[in-house]
Amino acid sequence: MTDINTDQGIPAPEGAADIIETDYEIGQDNIETKMGPIGLDIHNPVFLISGLSIVAFVAYALVAPGQAGEFFGWLRPALTSNFDWFFLWSANIFVLFCLFLIVSPWGSVRLGGRDATPDYGYPGWFAMLFAAGMGIGLMFFGVLEPVYYFGTPWGDEPLGVVRPFTEDGALIEENVAEARRMALAATSYHWALHPWAIYAVVALALALFTYNKGLPLTIRSAFYPIFGERVWGWTGHIIDTLAVFATLFGLATSLGFGAQQANAGLEYVYGLPNSITVQVILIIAITAVALISVLRGLDGGVKVLSEINMVIALLLLVFVLVAAGAGTILSEFGRGILAYFQEVIPLSNPHGREDTGYMQGWTAFYWAWWISWSPFVGMFIARVSRGRTVREFVTCVLIIPSFVCLLWMAVFGGAAIEQVIADPAGSAVKAQVIDSYNPPLSLFAMLEGLPFAAITSTIGIILVIVFFVTSSDSGSLVIDTITAGGKVDAPMPQRVFWCTFEGLVAIALLIGGGLGALQAMVISTGLPFTVILLLICVAIIKGLRAEPRG
Amino acid sequence: MFKKVMVPVDLTHREKLTHSLQCAADLAKLYEASLVYVGVTSGVPSSVAHNPAEYQEKLADFAKDKAASLGISSEAHTKMAHDPATEIDDALLEAAEEIGADLIVMQSHVPGLMEYVWPSNGGKVAEHAKCSVLLVRG
Repeated sequence: MTDINTDQGIPAPEGAADIIETDYEIGQDNIETKMGPIGLDIHNPVFLISGLSIVAFVAYALVAPGQAGEFFGWLRPALTSNFDWFFLWSANIFVLFCLFLIVSPWGSVRLGGRDATPDYGYPGWFAMLFAAGMGIGLMFFGVLEPVYYFGTPWGDEPLGVVRPFTEDGALIEENVAEARRMALAATSYHWALHPWAIYAVVALALALFTYNKGLPLTIRSAFYPIFGERVWGWTGHIIDTLAVFATLFGLATSLGFGAQQANAGLEYVYGLPNSITVQVILIIAITAVALISVLRGLDGGVKVLSEINMVIALLLLVFVLVAAGAGTILSEFGRGILAYFQEVIPLSNPHGREDTGYMQGWTAFYWAWWISWSPFVGMFIARVSRGRTVREFVTCVLIIPSFVCLLWMAVFGGAAIEQVIADPAGSAVKAQVIDSYNPPLSLFAMLEGLPFAAITSTIGIILVIVFFVTSSDSGSLVIDTITAGGKVDAPMPQRVFWCTFEGLVAIALLIGGGLGALQAMVISTGLPFTVILLLICVAIIKGLRAEPRG
Repeated sequence: MFKKVMVPVDLTHREKLTHSLQCAADLAKLYEASLVYVGVTSGVPSSVAHNPAEYQEKLADFAKDKAASLGISSEAHTKMAHDPATEIDDALLEAAEEIGADLIVMQSHVPGLMEYVWPSNGGKVAEHAKCSVLLVRG
């Protein structure tokens, strides 16, 4: 909590900002009512439409699981293979756009007005944006992805690099160095600049139109320069509803799959049964902790958990770094950065490629995935970024997380590939990723090859679970704000509702089937959102041009 | 007996605050105390203001109006909270310390079923404030 000048009647200068004059008053469409003893303050009609359509889609997936699975199972790959060039080019544009903002004169525009001070210090801010946006992916893909590219027998080698294994699984020495280099470059490509540029674009637009232009903190506000006053009508209702939809289903399906992964880990490490019951218990536990977190609020809950999470993740990173040999891994990190910069241009060029397994199956899939998550992560980043200049903001949301991801992939991927090379026949990583494909076990298989595996695997499981909590609680805050028409102080029962609802949807889909179908549906929303994000870049430029600089 | 009376104000629902405002003004007159209206806002635009500076301005105007109509001396004090829904009690307690209030006059609704789950803000302030607290039902 910061203090504002208390001099009688003289406003604390937040400095000049270009407030947009609109007749729309925040909360004018809201219904404030009481349901029994519970007070409500909800946006009409976004709250009801999103709630009901989510129930309808869950019902559809439960009643006709085959049909839903078939349709979305066809739709998602159809989109990523036909529009691969569009996804790749759009992501490139977002990166260039962000890099341009850093060096442009608009970099000095401050979010929140010229004299605003940052709401959060660097560690807390960074922990929150990282834990909400990506943490869980790092746990899941940190070992899996580099090892997969290194030795895949399924023909997904990036840029046609030669596989370093013979048919019977023996290592071909002369191909190892290049396969290893390309594995790190190809993984880093999916985790460094591009995804963060996608998040940065959405987050910057929302922060700019909220803090500087005075529009409500909800997705539709970013479209004001394009649609004008129409964003307060059905155009805006549809945008917001879509965002709620993508966020809730994205969170719920990840939560469902996450419970399966955590269960697989528990089975592998402790021999716990792999059953729906254990998974449901995991979802309930994650939801309960997320609930406590949202009730404690942004500072007392979400921020604290994110920070704890980052500290544990850092400890695990340092452990793997030391245990796998700091010298080897750090030189791997150096080679990884070099490889990334050498290969990022060929990897991001969609034309004349023959490695469609990689480009469509992985890259286009990832881009659609990041983009479908961008309303949620972008809005959460915006919520905690008031007071930063555009230059600081883009640097911290784009460059620093990219660097951390490069490091993470070099450490976890590097250590894992090292194990595969050292003993191809006996490596647990090779057994779980290359010989048979068990993605959730990849991390634990790598830890098994290092000392103190029992302890570090337990920490790994805890980390997976807590990363789900930090996505779940920030997601609930985001959905609550959107469905309250941009109000951040809506009654607490609404937060409880969305947080619980997310857990219930996950449980229903887990028991009834349909997790895969609905996740495919969420990723399919990546295509329309990509068009939307390109429009948002235009809106940002329009908005920044009107801002006072300095 | 009292020198500085703090009155928490929710500018969004200011029309509902008649009881606590009147009571605070009467007490201020009786003890020749000064009134401080305290508002809590977040950095996010609300129905009241586009940004915290504008909120502070509006609260100051509100205080000026009250001073004129009630014939008392008053000032405004704005606190910023990242997540007002959960931090309002702490923000108010901090404000009381900062302005050196010796009495807080606060509106509180009639408790119902929900108060068993969520204690009211007034209740929490009364529990933790170092100065006197008067909760006015209404």
